[in-house]
Amino acid sequence: MDLFSWLYYKVRKYWKAIRLYLVIAGPGLVVMVADNDAGGITTYAATGAKYGFNLIWFLLILIPVAYYVQEMTVRLGAVTKRGHAEAIFDGFGAFWGWFSLIDLMIVDWLTLVTEFIGMTSALSIFGVAPWITVAGVVTLMGIIVINGRYWTWEKIALLFCTLNLIYIPAAFMVHPSVSDIFKQGLIPNFPGGFNGELFFILMANIGTTIAPWMLFFQQSAVVDKGMLEKDIPWGKFDTLVGSVFTVVVAVFIVILTGAVLKGVAIDDAAQAASILMGTNHYVGTFMAIGLFDAGLLGAICISLASSWAFGEIFGWAHSLNQNIKEAPWFYITYFFTLITAGLVVLIPGAPLVLITLFVQVVAVTLLPAALVFLILLLNDKKHMGEYCNSLTENLIGGFIVIAIVILSTLYGVSVMFPQLFH
Amino acid sequence: MASSINRLVRKIREINHRYSKPHIEMTPMVRLSLMALRIYLLLIVGLIVYKFVVTLSTGAIQ
Repeated sequence: MDLFSWLYYKVRKYWKAIRLYLVIAGPGLVVMVADNDAGGITTYAATGAKYGFNLIWFLLILIPVAYYVQEMTVRLGAVTKRGHAEAIFDGFGAFWGWFSLIDLMIVDWLTLVTEFIGMTSALSIFGVAPWITVAGVVTLMGIIVINGRYWTWEKIALLFCTLNLIYIPAAFMVHPSVSDIFKQGLIPNFPGGFNGELFFILMANIGTTIAPWMLFFQQSAVVDKGMLEKDIPWGKFDTLVGSVFTVVVAVFIVILTGAVLKGVAIDDAAQAASILMGTNHYVGTFMAIGLFDAGLLGAICISLASSWAFGEIFGWAHSLNQNIKEAPWFYITYFFTLITAGLVVLIPGAPLVLITLFVQVVAVTLLPAALVFLILLLNDKKHMGEYCNSLTENLIGGFIVIAIVILSTLYGVSVMFPQLFH
Repeated sequence: MASSINRLVRKIREINHRYSKPHIEMTPMVRLSLMALRIYLLLIVGLIVYKFVVTLSTGAIQ
């Protein structure tokens, strides 16, 4: 075989693999990028502003954490063909099922409110009135889902995912010191010593990496996409690509705010965008666009997570491959959640700060339960067969789950009783 | 309205009946995990309720 033939063969082989990946890609990538939602962007912006580049190493550790938890939902969904809510009902009975479903509904709705807070505050920087943002977002999200095809929805969501990369050019535009990033960011260190404030930031970063809705969303998306056992390796690869993507974006946000806003107290990402606008108009604009996109992606996924879960349990048609006539309750739940959450933001004097904090608190009642159920279901040989967790997977997954449960609980408690950690 | 509520109640009863028994094998590990989860949730919900009552009584809600 000459060199030309060999090259041709290799290119064709890799192109085929890429095309196959593009067919399977979706749930893992979308859920991971959507994890960088409005709350996540605020956490990363605050991390950079407070500690500069010093905690980049910690964000990199979160790649395997996110991957190992989410890949379990791929296997569970592809093997059982059931969403996470239905799997909990079936596996653990009605009590735990209702607990998870109602808790999911509350957490999702509150998180959705925070996404609208992020989106309205991002666009208010450009002078867009909140009611226009809310109306525009609801209309846009209606158009995205109403076409009656999962494939179209997923590709549009992936398009919004690419917009999340806007933080990368923004970080380059502020000309951060590369040697400082490597020296300060890649060697594990605790800037200022391991104190309560640092612990709070670390916990907040973990809290934004794994959210309860992500487990429900990805498993339901795997089922709605029609993934089978043979697709599991690609589904896992998709999840890995998503984990790397989301952390890379988070790192660039930290670099951006660490380079320009170090020492500035940041309460939310919109405030960071406003300040950045004063130093570099384009960077501030990129930050605001990124925040809006993050809120939108979060809203797209979270509202679907609830609708899928209700559809699974109540036996309603619940697929994006069905139109409004075929799955009316699925779409009613979707729009009801979306519109009511959007309206809350428009209520004058609504306790939005309290809602934002309350999300973290309520999440600690659902996340540990959902994670424990996930591990137990993945050990159910009767249903999972050869895709059951191996001993190594149990050790890694178990360690990660225990660590997340402890740290997210401490985070929730610290939100309720801030004096404990300061 | 009344018929809608009745339909919903019937549906919930049907769901409760369908999932009345857990289908996962109840090994000692599963039982222990569920027990630990119950205790954890009782504690965390207790804390949330306590915080809620304190916040309400001090009128700290914004």
